[in-house]
Amino acid sequence: MASIDQSKIRNFCIVAHIDHGKSTLADRIIEKTGLLTSREMQAQVLDNMELERERGITIKAQTVRIIYNGRDGSEYIFNLIDTPGHVDFNYEVSRALAACDGAILVVDAAQGIEAQTLANVYLALDHDLDVFPVINKIDLPSADPERVKNEIEDVIGIEAQDAPLISAKNGIGIDEVLEAIVEKIPAPGGSPDNPLQALIFDSVYDSYKGVIVFCRIMEGRVAKGTQIKMMATGATAEVVEVGYFGPGQFIPCDELSAGMVGYLTASIKNVKDTAVGDTVTDLNRPCAAPLPGYKKVNSMVYCGMYPADGAKYPDLRDALEKLKLNDASLNYEPETSVALGFGFRCGFLGLLHLEIIQERLEREYNLDLVTTAPGVIYRVHKTDGEMLELTNPSNLPDPASIAYMEEPIVSAEIMVTTEFIGPIMQLCQERRGRYISTEYIEAARALLKYELPLNEIIYDFFDALKSRSRGYASFDYEMKGYEQASLVKLDILINHEEVDALSFIVHADNAYERGRKMCEKLKDEIPRHLFEIPIQAAVGGKIIARETVKAMRKDVLAKCYGGDITRKKKLLEKQKEGKKRMRQIGSVEIPQSAFMSVLKLDDK
Amino acid sequence: MINNGRCAISENMKELSIYIHIPFCIRKCLYCDFLSFPTGGGHTDAMREYADCLCREIRCSAPFFNKYQVLSIFLGGGTPTLLPPGTIASLLAVLRESFHIAEDAEITVEMNPETAAPDKLREYITAGINRLSIGLQSTDDAELERIGRIHDYRTFLRAYELAREAGFRNINVDLMAALPGQDTASYRRTLERVAALAPEHISAYSLMLEEGTPLYEQRERFAFPGEDEDREMYALTKAFLQSRGYRRYEISNYAHPGYECRHNQVYWQRGNYVGFGLGASSMTDNVRWRVPATPEAYRRYVDSLPEPPASSQPPEPLELPEAPESAEASPSQGTFPLSDAGAAEALQPHVLTAEEQMEEYMFLGLRLMRGVDVPAFGRQFGRSVEQVYGGVIDTLCTQGLLERAQDRLRLTDRGIDISNYVMAQFLLA
Repeated sequence: MASIDQSKIRNFCIVAHIDHGKSTLADRIIEKTGLLTSREMQAQVLDNMELERERGITIKAQTVRIIYNGRDGSEYIFNLIDTPGHVDFNYEVSRALAACDGAILVVDAAQGIEAQTLANVYLALDHDLDVFPVINKIDLPSADPERVKNEIEDVIGIEAQDAPLISAKNGIGIDEVLEAIVEKIPAPGGSPDNPLQALIFDSVYDSYKGVIVFCRIMEGRVAKGTQIKMMATGATAEVVEVGYFGPGQFIPCDELSAGMVGYLTASIKNVKDTAVGDTVTDLNRPCAAPLPGYKKVNSMVYCGMYPADGAKYPDLRDALEKLKLNDASLNYEPETSVALGFGFRCGFLGLLHLEIIQERLEREYNLDLVTTAPGVIYRVHKTDGEMLELTNPSNLPDPASIAYMEEPIVSAEIMVTTEFIGPIMQLCQERRGRYISTEYIEAARALLKYELPLNEIIYDFFDALKSRSRGYASFDYEMKGYEQASLVKLDILINHEEVDALSFIVHADNAYERGRKMCEKLKDEIPRHLFEIPIQAAVGGKIIARETVKAMRKDVLAKCYGGDITRKKKLLEKQKEGKKRMRQIGSVEIPQSAFMSVLKLDDK
Repeated sequence: MINNGRCAISENMKELSIYIHIPFCIRKCLYCDFLSFPTGGGHTDAMREYADCLCREIRCSAPFFNKYQVLSIFLGGGTPTLLPPGTIASLLAVLRESFHIAEDAEITVEMNPETAAPDKLREYITAGINRLSIGLQSTDDAELERIGRIHDYRTFLRAYELAREAGFRNINVDLMAALPGQDTASYRRTLERVAALAPEHISAYSLMLEEGTPLYEQRERFAFPGEDEDREMYALTKAFLQSRGYRRYEISNYAHPGYECRHNQVYWQRGNYVGFGLGASSMTDNVRWRVPATPEAYRRYVDSLPEPPASSQPPEPLELPEAPESAEASPSQGTFPLSDAGAAEALQPHVLTAEEQMEEYMFLGLRLMRGVDVPAFGRQFGRSVEQVYGGVIDTLCTQGLLERAQDRLRLTDRGIDISNYVMAQFLLA
């Protein structure tokens, strides 16, 4: 293994906008190089979580090593690193890119460049990757490869005239892509004789082997028995196994050396110790400096997660622990809500990440969850000079002790066809966006730049964007920083009792509107009781909106025909069953669904 | 011992009620979700075949009920009076041949006004039917039309007159409140007109919009009385009928003293009853079952029943779902002959657990205005009501939904308004 010719290695990734065919192309490359027959391939080998296949997105980076016999008669080793395809995972993407030497840019022959395409290409270029484009879906009737080529050259500024024209779906042009990988992507540098310097770009937890660290060896070599040290976290361990990535399996080998992509295991118990972006070095012969670009990943979005059935709290805790083993970006800590009992305040990279975790808890761990409205981290500056980061609205200190508050702001890029510029700008305006610029990419398309408060985009912004552009707008953002804002805590009182799980932070200008919508929504969700129930929205003790759930007046089953008692009993059981899924707040029973439905306050 | 048909009644026999389902109507009413097929009028082969099936079902099932005497029979539907002349008389003849029927048994037939005819009514009287239940619903013709009834008030008046002339001394009139386009004034008129006729019994239900019915599907097109008006009508029913000498004995049923419907009360008191015909429900000795509800499955079920012993010999009692004397019914005892052939859409015999029996005791018993008998609960289940439901009862009493009256527990007026809510509290699961 040590004799692998470094000049015959190609480490690359594929970047694309979602749906432009990234995973399909990856599959074709794997299939063409003979690792799997098409029959063996489940559609899209690299997306192997059930959820990933369903949503058609890549959540965890996946990596596969392929042997390619080039037209020049040499045997090449391709390491294809598939990157996550969503803005929530931008940091993971950046580390995966840093493990590569080049990238294939896949652009849809009909749709052309999208906001995400740009974001990912710039990210690749930032990492000094050699990028070459391929035009996919050329067999579509609406394909216009010439236009797209020009667009790539104009907008991104990379040569595109000889871009392979392919259809990944139908296997057209794949040979050309393979040859282009050999020609256009540089061989890795580095020397096996230097001290070990390896980039961690992902890790997974395996119950037998412990953490499996995915790494790119930049310098030096690593083998079984090497004493290693993670330079950022300081964790040390002895390597138990090294190897490379077969499709869907780990294949052990003797040694990984400079230029190679592979994995190592070292009986590490927790992915916290193997943070993405960290540098692995030899404990006894360390490299001079860690690789650049390491960042501690911070949660951007928080929400409360509670088991629908309070008795399942230990199950939820166990499930979160297990997920955390594999997902260093998931944070959680226990919290208690008057309304919902025992649960956890969980932090996520973004809303997609939140949804994924929620779905995995529900599906893989069979938990029924109640989730509170997702929020961002606010900075609360108190009059005494103290600053606290607020993740749970209920913990907001007494307003009298608050000097000012700050909220996170993102820089957003929205790619949109010109006919929808108006509606999209209006949407951004409604969401308190600050207009930065409009760049015309071509006659019919523009890139809008806005700065937007994160809390305005974490839930239904993407849906609103899609609906106001008939699906044509695409969107990408990155954290910009914190800005002072006029923020208030909106409280919901049900039958005069504050329901902590329904409180959220909102901009003062929107408080009235949001409060009114919340009350309307809750009025529909809360069943009638024996008594009248006022539902109120309040800011700082002042009621700003009110609805009333009228008292139950009539609930009689009239006929009970021919002695069909079973039917009557079923009806009563349904009533009783409904009651079980309720949360008791004072004397009012609130259905679990009420806590969720308020997340979906309609945009229009 | 009284000789009744070929069966003898002995004193220690158990009590039984019989329900017979006739699933035919001229036309379906727009609110109806009962099991019934529209015939468009006239007598069809389907009716004759169905009557044959019923007769066989009754004859073949009877040996299982040899230890029971029948205190009430109810022919319901659909519109039983739509059957060809002579059919009901022959059904009753088969019943008398097969069952021990008490001499003073209450025997009711349901009639829709448009099917009334003098000879038909005389046939019923001759056959021993002593109670007639007429589906009027409203005396306002526009209201009747909106809910798809095919009779008008005049037709009802004529039918009522014919029934009295034929000799019916116990008549029920069915009414409905909260109909589309109805208001309190028109409802009051209906109550006044009906009370003036002085039927012995009045049933007054609020219209229920059942999913799947045309009225439900087209509910947007109708102006239903608002909630306040609905409640006004509801209160009016009780106040008005009481002022005319009717006593409410069940949530929706009013009667002159002594004319309470015996059959109806059996359901609420958890007496034994057996249902014959498509989709009919039964409960005897804490076993519930239901025969198939589609014509094909029903026919297969009836065909699968074993022939009864030859009629010259007194039938030996067959293996019954052995009466659980106490609440401890054993699940192995559900032996009523529901064979595989008839299993589709049927409810296989289900032996009620002690919990289910207690639940039923409460939520069924509370439909009766006199309420549930507290000491009897203790005797029947070996645990007192307080032991099982103490907390629930206290809460409901505090909420003013339930009240204690000597040895009984009953719904208050407010409790009646939201009786489903109250009853659901008595489910134990």
